[in-house]
Amino acid sequence: MPHALSVVFDSLPYLLQGSFLTIGIVVAAMCLGLVLGICMAVGLVYGNRFVKYLLTAYVWIFRGVPVVVLLFLFYFGLFNFLDLQFSAFTAVTIVLGMTTGAYQANIFRGAILSLPKGQFNAAIGLGMSELQAIKNIVLPQILRMSIPAWSNEYSIILKDSALAFVIGAPEIMARTQFVASRTYQHLSLYITAGIIYFLLTWAGVIALRRLERHLRIPGYSHQGNQ
Amino acid sequence: MMTETDQILRVTDISKSFGGNTILNAVSVKLAKGEIKVLIGPSGGGKSTLLQCINCLVVPDAGAIELENETIDFRRKQDLYRLRQQVGMIFQDFNLFDHLTALDNITIALRRVKKMDKNQARQRARLELDQVGLGDKEALYPAQLSGGQKQRLAIARALAMDPKILLLDEPTSALDPTLIGEVIAVIKGLAVKGMTMIMATHQISLIYNLADEILFMENGRIVEQGPPAALLAAGNTSRSQGFCDRLNELAEVDG
Ligand SMILES: Nc1ncnc2c1ncn2[C@@H]1O[C@H](COP(=O)(O)OP(=O)(O)OP(=O)(O)O)[C@@H](O)[C@H]1O
Ligand SMILES: [Mg+2]
Repeated sequence: MPHALSVVFDSLPYLLQGSFLTIGIVVAAMCLGLVLGICMAVGLVYGNRFVKYLLTAYVWIFRGVPVVVLLFLFYFGLFNFLDLQFSAFTAVTIVLGMTTGAYQANIFRGAILSLPKGQFNAAIGLGMSELQAIKNIVLPQILRMSIPAWSNEYSIILKDSALAFVIGAPEIMARTQFVASRTYQHLSLYITAGIIYFLLTWAGVIALRRLERHLRIPGYSHQGNQ
Repeated sequence: MMTETDQILRVTDISKSFGGNTILNAVSVKLAKGEIKVLIGPSGGGKSTLLQCINCLVVPDAGAIELENETIDFRRKQDLYRLRQQVGMIFQDFNLFDHLTALDNITIALRRVKKMDKNQARQRARLELDQVGLGDKEALYPAQLSGGQKQRLAIARALAMDPKILLLDEPTSALDPTLIGEVIAVIKGLAVKGMTMIMATHQISLIYNLADEILFMENGRIVEQGPPAALLAAGNTSRSQGFCDRLNELAEVDG
């Protein structure tokens, strides 16, 4: 067996262990982003002017600043300043979660706006509170509509999670770099890392597509904005 | 004679403006139990806005609404929720919940608003579906129903809440002419059962046969009102008469 292959083969378990951390980061960040995104989208559509300004500013900041800058800003700057002892994992999850939250807010906002306003009125007209109408009528529909856009977000965040290595979280990228710098098998190792990321993206996107099909409603015609 | 206590709803001098335009100008309506009033008048006259104000989907700027002698405090959310629960609304374009089956379109409010348990809600919903002839459609989604079936489902959904009054905003206007009949039949059935209703409609047969009183609205005011026998009597020159004559001509051209 050529040397390059045997290095890959020997280090594969070590690299794959890193994928657990990668998956952990992505799942936690996507969940945080989902909660933030839903709350912000509701605020962006139904909130008063002040709430809308505040949320719009948030979305612009997290869309406009590179993730790596935010990561350093939070991990070395803000968390230190606030004297918070967060692990690299927690830090990267928070930063990625807040970033995807901004994008998800936009996705859900578009979906809410594409929903015929009459359904909300009908729910209110039956005596539901605004919150009940949002929870029972609006959210189930916009979440369904948003699955394709959401699976886009998933693949972006999965790839962005590789940035966690810059603050030392031992995920796939950090482990690959560690082995590569010792064995000098850069080409084969980074191809391996690339394949692992690709497979994770593929599996997630397929799973979400399945979910979308599973939740599909016969004849449903409203579309989200992406 | 109608006494004060027979009145189930008293709407007094309600006004509403949007962006400086007065859409409703001190409109008053009184409704006795079992009474049916029909709103007619030119487009933009304020019929839809009046109906939406009556169950506070649009909260009036001024005026008062009393339901069974209780005055609604527009600033109290609980008052608004309770009013809306007791005053059902049927929309021109149905506004069904597209992600729920016919059955769940009805159960959702029973469960969330009336706090019924799942089985109770289903039982009630099936009863209402049977009443409007949709007993065999409970598992279908709105997109799988015809226009007439959609509107009948919307009516069943509203009736399941046991409303004291039903407001109908042009319930047949979005329907194919061939499907109007089935919805009219359901509405006539409600009238026979003594349902109290206010209905905006351009459907001549509903106006002639159901209205205890016609309200003619124009520019945010009720400019004429009275029983159809009086307003639509032969040789009468009322606004309502002219309006209905034109509707008749249109109906003849159509078909
Ligand atoms: N939310 C709103 N914002 C601004 N203007 C509105 C709003 N709702 C209604 N209007 C205006 O109020 C006027 C009356 O509308 P309304 O829908 O009550 O009339 P209508 O009598 O029901 O007419 P139609 O027969 O066409 O249904 C219209 O000029 C409309 O543009
Ligand atoms: Mg109207």
